[in-house]
Amino acid sequence: MEGQSMTSSGALSLDERMEQKPTSAALTVRNLSVFFGAHEVLKKVTLDIAPRAVTAIIGPSGCGKSTFLRALNRMHELNPEARMTGEIRLFGDDIYASTVEPVVVRRRVGMVFQKSNPFPTMTIAENVTVGLRLNGRRDKKLLAERTEQSLRMAALWDEVKDRLHAPAISLSGGQQQRLCIARALAVEPEVLLMDEPASALDPLATSKIEDLILELKKNYTIVIVTHNMQQAARASDFTAFFYLGDLVEFGATSKIFTSPSQKRTEDYVTGRFG
Amino acid sequence: MTVSNHRWRNFKNALMQVISFACAILVITPLVLVLCHVIESGFAAINWAFFTHLPKPVGETGGGMGNAIVGTFVLLGQAAALGVPVGVLGGIFLSEYGSVRLNWWIRFAADIINGVPSITWGIVVYGLVVVPMHGFSAVAGGIVLGLMMVPLVMRTTEEVLHLVPAGYREAALALGISKWRTILQIIVRTALKGIVTGILLALARVAGETAPLLFTAFGNPNWVRSLTEPISALPLQIFNYAVSPYDDWHRQAWAGALVLLLLVLFINISVRFLMGERWKGKV
Repeated sequence: MEGQSMTSSGALSLDERMEQKPTSAALTVRNLSVFFGAHEVLKKVTLDIAPRAVTAIIGPSGCGKSTFLRALNRMHELNPEARMTGEIRLFGDDIYASTVEPVVVRRRVGMVFQKSNPFPTMTIAENVTVGLRLNGRRDKKLLAERTEQSLRMAALWDEVKDRLHAPAISLSGGQQQRLCIARALAVEPEVLLMDEPASALDPLATSKIEDLILELKKNYTIVIVTHNMQQAARASDFTAFFYLGDLVEFGATSKIFTSPSQKRTEDYVTGRFG
Repeated sequence: MTVSNHRWRNFKNALMQVISFACAILVITPLVLVLCHVIESGFAAINWAFFTHLPKPVGETGGGMGNAIVGTFVLLGQAAALGVPVGVLGGIFLSEYGSVRLNWWIRFAADIINGVPSITWGIVVYGLVVVPMHGFSAVAGGIVLGLMMVPLVMRTTEEVLHLVPAGYREAALALGISKWRTILQIIVRTALKGIVTGILLALARVAGETAPLLFTAFGNPNWVRSLTEPISALPLQIFNYAVSPYDDWHRQAWAGALVLLLLVLFINISVRFLMGERWKGKV
């Protein structure tokens, strides 16, 4: 429907849609503001993340994209200066409720970082299962199953099945990033956040990650921050454009890239600034 | 820019290189000389008896430093039992917990303590342990060496934990792993080689301490039977023999110095070797 494109000032139309389909969103973000000290990094952002779809977050450096992403699994709280107002619900659950532990949120909302970071002291298999093992799962059969399943989902199984017990850092950069995706998938999150997952990779490794994203969205809700316009256009279903902490425009990717309603969005996606 | 200018720059560059190389040699020279002298003087007096026998009374030749060698291991064991847990946990606190202000004060205190002359430590532990216990003891010697290890281990632990890239912390926390498990099984494990190296350096440093042991372990010409008795240690025995007027004791003192040196070298090299084999490219 046309209402899928909205501006930050058009929250009403979104609320209307929410009333029509109250459980349709994986994540509902309402009036989210994030502060680092006195600095307001995100300003009253309201949007819905659709389930089993890829939502791309674009915008120039310093626009609050990464902060937005990290607020979705409370990783921004690692900064002791950080503070937030507003509400984020994950399939209806308030992830900032006072009774909710950040570790529980992070088990449901996994994350892949810009720089691949497999644990150097662990083997490939140990890296995949680390989230399970350090949360008390000891069943060898389950761990072995989950290792294969996660590596297959991350399209890495065929490349590493004969050397599961080799150090993880012996893999190439692109393989390491896919290992990090497998590691995040092994704890069976509901949402997968990706912070510029391919920006440090060569074009071939990047296209593998993009293929993987398209494959993963069949089962997962994916939110991806990217600097790469082509990547956002190719891999995502919805796109949110952030500028200086404001959500300028949010809608179907095809619409954002072909007929954006805001001048700033058009300027950015066509490369006139940013 | 002219060619002559380049020549002058190249000359200056070469000159500085030669000077810094000469300084490096200057640093190594005394080390090599000491090593050569200790080996030359000590090697002759080393035999099986040196490791297994007690010291002989003055005038009798032969005998050994068996009691002092055992004593050094006993003291180092006690020192590690006290210094390693306190130092490592303190270093973890400094690196992963606490506030900027509090940690600044702890670091400051640790650095001051680190600079306290070792004989002062001896007097402190004399007052705190030896006087209440009514006598010199192996325990007092272990405590003084352990206390000296704490700031060393704490600061090196903190520093190697800081070297672990923040990306590993974030990756672990983003998997829903709790903070203490992240620290213990991801961060500390990644930095383990560095932490062990720090512990070894601290052990090597206190293994050669003499002054604090004069007031605490005191020395003992017999085999140690209990930790509440005085105990001998290699540096103490070396000190006692070196200040004596007897040639035979001087030879034994050299031998003791050589054994102490080899002990420190052996610990360092062997554990580094073991730790370095499995995972390359770690902190």
